[in-house]
Amino acid sequence: MDFASFLIQLLNSVQYGLLLFMLAAGLTLIFGIMGVVNLAHGSFYMLGAYLAWSLAARLGSFALAIVVGTLLAVAFGLLLEKVLIRHFYHRDHLDQVLLTFGLIYIFEEMRSILWGDDVHGVAMPALLAASIPLTDTLSYPVYRLFMSGLCIVLAIGLYLLISRTKLGMKIRAGAFNHEMTEALGVNIRLIHALVFALGVALATVAGMIAAPISSVYPNMGGSVLIMCFVVVVIGGIGSVRGALIAALLVGFVDTFGKVLLPQVSGMLVYMLMALVLLYKPEGLFKA
Amino acid sequence: MSAPKAQLETLPRSLTLMLAVALIGLAAVPVFGADYTIGLVTSMMIMAIFAMSLDLLQGVTGLVSLGHAAFFGLAGYALAFMTPSGQAVSLWWTLPLAVGASALAALLIGFFVVRTHGIYFIMVTMAFAQMVYFLFFDIKALGGSDGLYLNFKPDAGLFDLEDKRVFFWFTLACLVATYAFLRRLLFSPFGRALAGIRANGHRMRALGFASFSHKLAAFTLAGALAGLAGYLWAAQTGFMNPELMGFHMSAHAIMMVILGGMGNFAGAIVGAFAFEYLLHLFKDLPDIGSFRTGKHWQLWMGLFIVAIVILAPRGILGLLARWLQRKETGDD
Amino acid sequence: MTEAVTATATGEIQPRTPNHPGTMPGLVLTARQLTKRFGGLAAVNQVNLDLWQGRIHGVIGPNGAGKSTLTNLLSGDLPPTEGTVTLAGQDITGWNPERISRQRLGRSYQKTNIFPAFTVWENIRLAAQSRNQPFAFNPLAWLTRAATHAVVNERAEKALELALLGSRRNTIAGAASHGEQRQLEIAMTLATEPQVLLLDEPLAGMGTMEAERMVQLLLGLKADHAMMLVEHDMDAVFAVADHLTVMVNGQVIASDTPAAVRADVTVQAAYLGEAH
Repeated sequence: MDFASFLIQLLNSVQYGLLLFMLAAGLTLIFGIMGVVNLAHGSFYMLGAYLAWSLAARLGSFALAIVVGTLLAVAFGLLLEKVLIRHFYHRDHLDQVLLTFGLIYIFEEMRSILWGDDVHGVAMPALLAASIPLTDTLSYPVYRLFMSGLCIVLAIGLYLLISRTKLGMKIRAGAFNHEMTEALGVNIRLIHALVFALGVALATVAGMIAAPISSVYPNMGGSVLIMCFVVVVIGGIGSVRGALIAALLVGFVDTFGKVLLPQVSGMLVYMLMALVLLYKPEGLFKA
Repeated sequence: MSAPKAQLETLPRSLTLMLAVALIGLAAVPVFGADYTIGLVTSMMIMAIFAMSLDLLQGVTGLVSLGHAAFFGLAGYALAFMTPSGQAVSLWWTLPLAVGASALAALLIGFFVVRTHGIYFIMVTMAFAQMVYFLFFDIKALGGSDGLYLNFKPDAGLFDLEDKRVFFWFTLACLVATYAFLRRLLFSPFGRALAGIRANGHRMRALGFASFSHKLAAFTLAGALAGLAGYLWAAQTGFMNPELMGFHMSAHAIMMVILGGMGNFAGAIVGAFAFEYLLHLFKDLPDIGSFRTGKHWQLWMGLFIVAIVILAPRGILGLLARWLQRKETGDD
Repeated sequence: MTEAVTATATGEIQPRTPNHPGTMPGLVLTARQLTKRFGGLAAVNQVNLDLWQGRIHGVIGPNGAGKSTLTNLLSGDLPPTEGTVTLAGQDITGWNPERISRQRLGRSYQKTNIFPAFTVWENIRLAAQSRNQPFAFNPLAWLTRAATHAVVNERAEKALELALLGSRRNTIAGAASHGEQRQLEIAMTLATEPQVLLLDEPLAGMGTMEAERMVQLLLGLKADHAMMLVEHDMDAVFAVADHLTVMVNGQVIASDTPAAVRADVTVQAAYLGEAH
């Protein structure tokens, strides 16, 4: 392929990878710190997309929709954590799988009842709807660059939060040893709630900014959830750094796979996962 | 994480009696029931075989697989490929072949998957199953998203499987044979080792048990039995589609096993019947005004699943066993 | 045995004649320069150890001395950073616990590591079964009855008796008393018929009567096994050990007879002074 096409696919890989990272980072944090597997994580992605669609129409502004939508989703996430999820931190993985699977069903139906089953498009904000020309015939959408840019900003924010702030330190301590952290006077329940809220926020924002590109449709959380799991497995559970590298890797393999080997493109990512597991059954990085 | 829930390996006498009576009732269904009922109960029995196969993996060995339906579907698809469009194919070589295909797939996938632990295992089984799903969904030659049809049930020679009643009893025979085999296995050296792996995998390794090969063998055997169920499903319904291999199907199986009570195989049968019954119940709910209650069956199912996890983690048999014990000690 | 060896200044037991450890009668396990580093910290540092048939080798030291790490290195639960471990002439360095167990090294745990939901008998029987476990894919393994296997049952009965648990065979292990669970811990190890026994604080958390029973138990095992005993209970250690290794901060500071160790000034300063 020529350079322009290669550049386009490369940019697409990075954008897809970064989006996956947003989701995977939340999932891996929630698992690494609270030890809970949340199959309903994809539902927050879907929630974000539907909120973007309905709020953008109501409020007239995409940016405002993102802000309001994130706040609503986080509030919902905190409620869910307090009422239900929190009581499953010490339960069997099996119970967690079942609980969150039940939640997937509930959320899908709530979505169906509230917003119906049709596919909807979400208009890109006019400011970002342009395209940058690369050659005479090829150009790249500004919006996708915006998505990547926002993800990078959030990733840096996440990194700073976890490694440079006091809160981040408490989060890391909590992952290491709950009882000890609690004994040192840290409110571990608050930390857990905040981490869950963070995960929800990341997933929701990811869904919101992806909506103009992917449209809004039933069960959109399902396919992205699997990819998310693959990223977390490859990267190593609990490792945010691992999630980033794995997400970019998956983005790369999937995007170029679809272009170069379309017959087997669906399977390539799983073959990558199998390869990683052969040598590193616990993923590339430790928590 | 908390310790796994206590198992119900040996069933109380009274429970076994109840199950025996239920078996007799089951055998009588084709004699007294309408065609629709016969078909419904046949598919419940097929699901029961599927659930038992998962119970071996989950209830006995403690491995939670979100990808078990892949092996269910593979055998069904194998039968679909082996059945020509113009005539029936023999049961006696297609059944072993199809089950063998599932077993082989389980062996290959298991080789990668069994080396992982805990949460990784769950995620990885999910991912591999999705891979199999995409394989069948994307490739037209394998049926694609439309799936594959079978025009004929397998030819059994001695008896006619096209007869609904005969098919029912054949399925019942498979169900009983599977149950008997698994109960025997539970108390064999292999079964005891699996139970030990579930109870304390670390100590089992320290005692010198070859944990990897035991888990892989359990994974393979479970896959083979899931294949038996899938073969019967394809034979009964005449239609295979990729959804039958997806993670929703796997999650349904997990639900059945939990609902009934894990680790003794009888629970899996009870759970499968109960779950399938509930599914039909929810789907057939009448509308309330303009609210289409039945259409939103996933909501009721979701709420039910959440309720079970919170209220009855040891499932129906667990509740029954506790109630019976309380009655016995109450009478003293 | 004592004529054939001398204790050197660094505490190693050196055979007078430079035989290969595996060919020396009675010398079952040898560790040489065994080291485990975690990052920059050496939890176990250049430790040498010999275990002889019919002798109990005690390992003592303050908390954090590296005793449990040493046990983990010998049992295969941790791979060493440096050094070698030889068992009956076979180099087992870096082997995993499954493999080492099959070479007839048995290890009991400081933190009780049993099957709480099974009966005491089933715990021991399953442990004994490990020696006769058929290949997982062998259909015979799936269809025979485990409970009626004569050889396995015999081995389990023996272990049950040696561990003085005969009367408790039908108790659910999780419901047994702490002392009984510690006995069960040892019974399971015995059921695998090892030549080497590594016992990690078997007396942990026991009252005086239970501890006395355990001491009798340990003495009864001496003749048929090469035993290493990691312990904090000083009375017990001095009552049963034929040889003592004292560890502090991962290193061996003394390796000699109990009497000599007791009299050793360095040891008194570093450790015994506190305990007595």
